[in-house]
Amino acid sequence: MQKITQTQLIDKAASLLKDGTVSCVLGWSKGEFDYDITPAVFKTEEELKDGFVWNDFCGANFSKYLIEKTRKTEGKILVFLKPCDTYSFNQLLTEHRFDREKVYAVGIPCEGMVDVEKVKVACGDGIIKIDCGEKIAVTTLYADKPIELDAKDVLLERCVNCKSKKHVAYDELLGEEGEVLESARFDEVEKLEAMTPDERFAFWQNELSRCIRCNACRDVCPACTCEKCVFNNPQSGVENKSPANSFEEKMFHIIRAYHVAGRCTDCGECSRVCPQNIPLHLLNRKFIKDMNEFYGEYQAGSEVGQRAPLVNYTTDDVEPGEVFDRGDIDA
Amino acid sequence: MQRIGVFVCWCGSNIAGTVDVQAVSDALKNEPGVVFSTNYQYMCSQAGQDMIINAVKEHNLTGIVVCSCSPRMHEATFRRTAQAAGLNPYMVEIANIREQCSWVHKDIPTGTEKAIILGKAAVAKVNLNTPLTPGESPVTKRALVIGGGIAGIQTALDIADAGFPVDIVEKKPTIGGKMAQLDKTFPTLDCAACILTPKMVDVAQNDKIRIFSYSEVTDVKGFVGNFDVTIKKNARYVKEDICTGCGACVEKCPMKKVPNEFNLGMDNRSAIYIPFAQAVPKVATIDPNACNMLKNGKCGLCARVCAAGAIDYTQKDEYIEEKYGAIVVATGFNPISMDKFDEFAYNQSKDVITSLEFERLTNAAGPTAGKLLRPSDGKHPHTIVFVQCVGSRCDACAEKGKEYCSKICCMYTAKHAMLTRDKYPDTDVYVFYIDVRTPGKNFDEFYRRAVEEYGVHYVKGMVGKVVPEGDKLKVQASDLLENKQLHIDADLVVLAAAIEPDKSARPLATMLTASMDTNDFFTEAHPKLRPVESPTAGVFLSGACQGPKDIPETVSQAGAAASKVIGLLAKDKLTGNPCIAHSNELMCNGCSSCERVCPYGAITYEDKEFRMPDRTTLVRRIAVVNPAVCQGCGACTVACPSGAMDLHGFASGQIMAEVDAICK
Amino acid sequence: MQMNEYKPLIVAFCCNWCSYAGADLAGNNRLNYPADVKIIRVPCSCRVNPMFILRAFQRGADGVIICGCHPGDCHYTSGNYYTRRRMAMLFSMLDYLGIEKERTRVEWVSAAEGAKFAATMNDFAEKVAALGENKRLEDLRCKR
Repeated sequence: MQKITQTQLIDKAASLLKDGTVSCVLGWSKGEFDYDITPAVFKTEEELKDGFVWNDFCGANFSKYLIEKTRKTEGKILVFLKPCDTYSFNQLLTEHRFDREKVYAVGIPCEGMVDVEKVKVACGDGIIKIDCGEKIAVTTLYADKPIELDAKDVLLERCVNCKSKKHVAYDELLGEEGEVLESARFDEVEKLEAMTPDERFAFWQNELSRCIRCNACRDVCPACTCEKCVFNNPQSGVENKSPANSFEEKMFHIIRAYHVAGRCTDCGECSRVCPQNIPLHLLNRKFIKDMNEFYGEYQAGSEVGQRAPLVNYTTDDVEPGEVFDRGDIDA
Repeated sequence: MQRIGVFVCWCGSNIAGTVDVQAVSDALKNEPGVVFSTNYQYMCSQAGQDMIINAVKEHNLTGIVVCSCSPRMHEATFRRTAQAAGLNPYMVEIANIREQCSWVHKDIPTGTEKAIILGKAAVAKVNLNTPLTPGESPVTKRALVIGGGIAGIQTALDIADAGFPVDIVEKKPTIGGKMAQLDKTFPTLDCAACILTPKMVDVAQNDKIRIFSYSEVTDVKGFVGNFDVTIKKNARYVKEDICTGCGACVEKCPMKKVPNEFNLGMDNRSAIYIPFAQAVPKVATIDPNACNMLKNGKCGLCARVCAAGAIDYTQKDEYIEEKYGAIVVATGFNPISMDKFDEFAYNQSKDVITSLEFERLTNAAGPTAGKLLRPSDGKHPHTIVFVQCVGSRCDACAEKGKEYCSKICCMYTAKHAMLTRDKYPDTDVYVFYIDVRTPGKNFDEFYRRAVEEYGVHYVKGMVGKVVPEGDKLKVQASDLLENKQLHIDADLVVLAAAIEPDKSARPLATMLTASMDTNDFFTEAHPKLRPVESPTAGVFLSGACQGPKDIPETVSQAGAAASKVIGLLAKDKLTGNPCIAHSNELMCNGCSSCERVCPYGAITYEDKEFRMPDRTTLVRRIAVVNPAVCQGCGACTVACPSGAMDLHGFASGQIMAEVDAICK
Repeated sequence: MQMNEYKPLIVAFCCNWCSYAGADLAGNNRLNYPADVKIIRVPCSCRVNPMFILRAFQRGADGVIICGCHPGDCHYTSGNYYTRRRMAMLFSMLDYLGIEKERTRVEWVSAAEGAKFAATMNDFAEKVAALGENKRLEDLRCKR
């Protein structure tokens, strides 16, 4: 249940369009089903009233869209940012990926977004309608009346372990300023670290073997904003569309995790969009946890212009051979 | 497709002893791109090289693989061979089958198998080699020396001596630096002024040298051979070219109560002043914070007495832009502040002084005209305690002081003690030390003379506390060798304060993109082999800005820096190393990751217009590598998330090909 | 080739200024180490892209070792400091995925340390050989 209402956001957007502050609005719109909310651009109040949606399924992080949008739009773009989105927003600014002047950012509070997979588990197949009110009411083909769920019980993994309710960037904030939270987001990583290498391998083999290489994780990732992705670039030495060469296939997730290491804000979009439900965030969080542990606390995107751990060093950093000396019970 | 020739060297029996060279050249014949393969006794010999040249011509080779000794040995040789054959020299790759194969493996099957794999890797790499041409950039034949102390003076003189114009930028009104404030110099005890001031005059009279005194560097752009520097000439309110330095204004100036920096505040100067008699340029300067005329428009006496008409109260700061081929940093040092060292009562008693203040007290041109008198009451001190290592060699975690040894204190304290005993034999002189460090020509002899001939009391131990009581200073100290506490009633306490780099060094380093250590000393390009060069090409280091140094060491480093500058300026064009980074602008995100890891500041960004397929233009930020500055380490290539950055000569694709060849 | 004895395949990336020279010195002094070690020359250890290492493993390498100048002695001042962080992170990740940590190593070898180079390679080759063929990275995405 979101504190701020859809009407409030539409009114805000409409008034900013009207007074000419912005020329378009980047927002969420209804998809095929109630739960597959899709990013969309709105240019008039009518369009907003027609299609703008704000409910418990608005997980999509718009930061990445700003790169493309700011290039093609005359005037400013209004973007609504949830607290976690603002970190990606800042990280992209650190990397000079879009012109801050062309964006009007409105920070909006977020009470956590719902994971439709968890709803499916709770309600079974055949969901035809979901109403997001005080409770979430799910109408299915098979149940005689809507099933009511508490949003708190079916949150996305990233929201269960929400790292921050604080907006680190905005031009205007609706609602109150939140706080950076103490989360248990590294617990799962620690559990894996405590396993034996054989167990870990079995775990990852089980997860990664499900990957269908749909590239959704890459396409949604706000750190994966390269003009030309190495996986699409014949010169990079990684790209290879021929099935005869399995390098890209095999190493895709490791390479991707490494590429975004130090730049990943842990927004969790990769895991949210994965159609195979692979916990990809556990790869990114491993890097974040290691960097925090060895090079000092670092949250990508908390400030514009930060120097990420992998483009930095100290003369007394830990040696690569020493990083294994914790976590492993068999070490 | 390349047409590659493979040349397997026997190196007599060095390679042929454990590698079946015929098998290697036969095996490599079938590799993709290879059109010719042979072996010979000594590839590096004239006959061997001729064989390569002939093969290039006969088989129209485009690339060469030599399976031989280490590329560190003969890569340059075979590149020249390729060039002689009309090939680009960078179309050669070496497979190291001697040092890394035949010499470390014992049996022929193993050695041969490995040699073939190494050869295949080299062939795979050459297949992707591209001709490389070193970039060229012109050299502005003018040097800039920042800092006009003995280091800067010596560097400038040596560069000018080779015929190149040099500019010195000095922030004080005169050049001379710390050495001008010293009395005598160890270990020869010749007076500092007698050896320094002639050099200052040489600088003034040298028509190759310009002095920008009372000036500072405010901006540096460009790169080796082509620096654009902005120099701010602070307004001194005196026309430099007209002032004769007669001193009439100084005499008449009514504002005479300004602490004299040159004598470290131990006496006063006037608002218009010439720092000292031998100043270069010998020109008056008005202190705007003290002058009544500049502060509230009342006075104007100096303008009236100036016969030359040099006074100009309306003078403004002036900005000068100049091009340089090389920059020498000679920003020098300062003693650290004694504010945090309360135990020595420096701020409580005028009779606790630093060693530099002691220099001024014993200097004939100093506030006491060279008589050793106590600052508090002008009486002759009978007991003097010297304290060594004040702020030097401190714990890393200590809040005050420096971790390093300041290096010069042991020697100047021995000098002070010796001079005191020499002039005033009735004075008791104590020196408290942790260690006496005297590595240097005639240094230890000098120190021993202080102890043995001049009767200076050297005590191993530190002074714990100095308490002013009446007109005495109660010194509590420990004697570690005798293992007892000492209590001395001293008349004067002299602190050998640690030295630190000048505060102007840090912002300057940022401007120059030159690196510094945690203590703000400039770092060398290599601590042993390139000690006077900064890692930033075209920036050189002279004197104490690089680390604590005495005068002889400073002068020799100054000369070394000058010789490096001369070597650079003597070139008409700089030829770069072609194996450098380059960014593919179509792939570059402009994210700045590469810039952050570049140790040389070789990467900058520019906004570039791109024509898009839909006929619109898009302006995007992209990285640009300066080929004159890049040294080709490749750090940027890995930092680059999009793979836009690659390295000529060691391209990602080439290394991948080597990996593939080895792992087949 | 005979199939009777398993021989590991080891790729060593050596920086041009220190470790490659150290390897040359090992040769000059005729210090033996297994021929399973194949050296690739790079200008600086910081040129080693983690992708090269993954590529080697995927193409059948059993162990990968990166050698560079000792920290503080880098020819390019800071290259090996970046290497240290990059490899620490990569190796920790590989370990996290269950790839045996003995298959990866970073060693600082100076141009004067021919003996250390040979000893390091002997030790590394022995440890990798003890693990047997590297299957894990290859099979990471194939559940059997």
